[in-house]
Amino acid sequence: MPEWSGKLEKVDEFRWRIPRDYKPGMRVPGLIYADEGMLKQIVADRAPEQVANVAFLPGIVNYSLAMPDIHWGYGFAIGGVAAMRVSDGVVSPGGVGFDINCGVRIMRTNITQNEVKPKIKELIDALFYAVPSGMGSKGKIKLRSGEINDVLTKGSRWAVERGYGRPEDLQTTEENGEMKEVNTDYVSARAKERGTPQVGTLGSGNHFLEVGVIDEIYEKDIAKVMGIDDIGQVMLYVHCGSRGLGHQVADDYIKEMVRAMQKYGIQVPDRQLACAPVNSPEGKRYLTAMRGAANYAWANRQCITHWVREAFCRVMGVSEKEAGLELIYDVTHNIAKIEEHEVEGVKESLCVHRKGATRAFPPGHPDIPGKYRSVGQPILIPGDMGRLSYVLAGTERAMKETFGSTCHGAGRMQSRSAMKKRFSGRDVLRELESRGIVVRAGSMSGLAEEAPEAYKDVESVVNVAHGAGISKKVARTRPIAVVKG
Amino acid sequence: MPVMKKYEFIEHTSDIGLRAYGGTLSKAFANAALGMFSIMAELKNVGEKESRRVEVNADDIEGLIFEWLNSLLYYFDVEMLIFKRFDIIEFEDTHLTAICYGEPYDSSHHRLKMGVKSATYHQLEVDREAGSVQVIFDV
Repeated sequence: MPEWSGKLEKVDEFRWRIPRDYKPGMRVPGLIYADEGMLKQIVADRAPEQVANVAFLPGIVNYSLAMPDIHWGYGFAIGGVAAMRVSDGVVSPGGVGFDINCGVRIMRTNITQNEVKPKIKELIDALFYAVPSGMGSKGKIKLRSGEINDVLTKGSRWAVERGYGRPEDLQTTEENGEMKEVNTDYVSARAKERGTPQVGTLGSGNHFLEVGVIDEIYEKDIAKVMGIDDIGQVMLYVHCGSRGLGHQVADDYIKEMVRAMQKYGIQVPDRQLACAPVNSPEGKRYLTAMRGAANYAWANRQCITHWVREAFCRVMGVSEKEAGLELIYDVTHNIAKIEEHEVEGVKESLCVHRKGATRAFPPGHPDIPGKYRSVGQPILIPGDMGRLSYVLAGTERAMKETFGSTCHGAGRMQSRSAMKKRFSGRDVLRELESRGIVVRAGSMSGLAEEAPEAYKDVESVVNVAHGAGISKKVARTRPIAVVKG
Repeated sequence: MPVMKKYEFIEHTSDIGLRAYGGTLSKAFANAALGMFSIMAELKNVGEKESRRVEVNADDIEGLIFEWLNSLLYYFDVEMLIFKRFDIIEFEDTHLTAICYGEPYDSSHHRLKMGVKSATYHQLEVDREAGSVQVIFDV
């Protein structure tokens, strides 16, 4: 693919603008958060073209935004954020993606690296067996007839009522793991059929469980509030999404939106950006179904959390109370939400699309849990398999500039097939083990695809988000064991 | 006569795509399905023990390929069926009927490779003259 040769204007060290006149039809300029070093990769990847395309969507305000982990997606760039006025703007299922509410959560523990080290192989095996993973994996939970509707409407609460996890987990999950205004009639029978056997499964691709240890603490006071106390403290990550149910909801509504665009006379440069007015019957139906899929994903992570806790306590020979295992937070990074934001000094109701981007609300925001009200929303940025991950906090600047959003991960820069040509799964396994990281994976070729070299350096991604002020570095973890789906 | 290539893969940073040939659109659609399952699984040990009649309707030809491939993914999720042969018996711009042959995944002698979440509309191309299609998948 030829390099992108469009217009890119430097705003400052961390901001690059695609002017509105780059392409006729752009309603707003594009804005990419990146440093000079990253720009080469971003341009080679042609992702700025996708940022410009999103700027065509009706009702978009301020900018078509791209976070520093931006990379070429399908339709929207991954790492894209776009907010449309509810009054006259659109919602686009492509701006959420196929894996609705793909997201990540982190649990803290009272256990140190030294305590876990002698048992790390046993622990990762126990996690591997406790959580169904890999392509086409079926869950251990048998739903009663019609129970899938409870999963869709109650999300994490359904899981907790079923005995998976603790009631307090709900308070530290974005949206409490339960988005309101779900109508299960708008989730197709096919979607429900695909989702029913997969509740409580990790899936494949870049989904994982990780045992990490705190490696550096940047903001001691904020970290303390989050339960991050010391270097060497063990943390547990869960990263997965809404499985076949979310994929089917996206398929169903992209089709519907293609039809709706004709009806409403909307034109977009890429059919994958198909959309309909937020307030149209099609837009409303999508949002109500999407929220159901998002709740499914939260229920999924909640069930997995329960098995992770059980396995961890069993291997470590401690009680749940001794182990800690409190959920610090759970964030979604593929979602569309109706939120209030200030646009040109006026409060406006917006449909914020985050496609591979994380909410980053500042201290004092009413939508974040009481315990974090003084420090800002915890943001979790998983790196790739071999590298560091970060805990950040939301900022006022993010609220002003990015509709309260920041990056979501390292950002892929090499294709899966390129990785498989360069490495075998066994190479990756050996390389990680030489760095002290134990890996269990369902498939060896899957492991090669997710080789650390496939991703941008998460450190530079996070440094841009921090440097630009759209989130604040709180702590960093280093992986010691990974289960890859 | 040289054997015509059925499909080839396209490099893409986060996703994988393919271009499927066949001389006619109907054959290209069948080869696109074959290509998709070859992304998902090693097909050489997959038998043709089971078949499903798959009917797909759409508003236009682009919609038809999107719906066709995604319908097959539904069978994989729900019945774990890996298909390897596709006889398209009816083919119009807005409708197709196919008999698909394959067998359910069995870990003892099948190898799965990569999960495909969905076919996408992104850079979707249907070339009527060449009888070829291009599809990018979200994986």
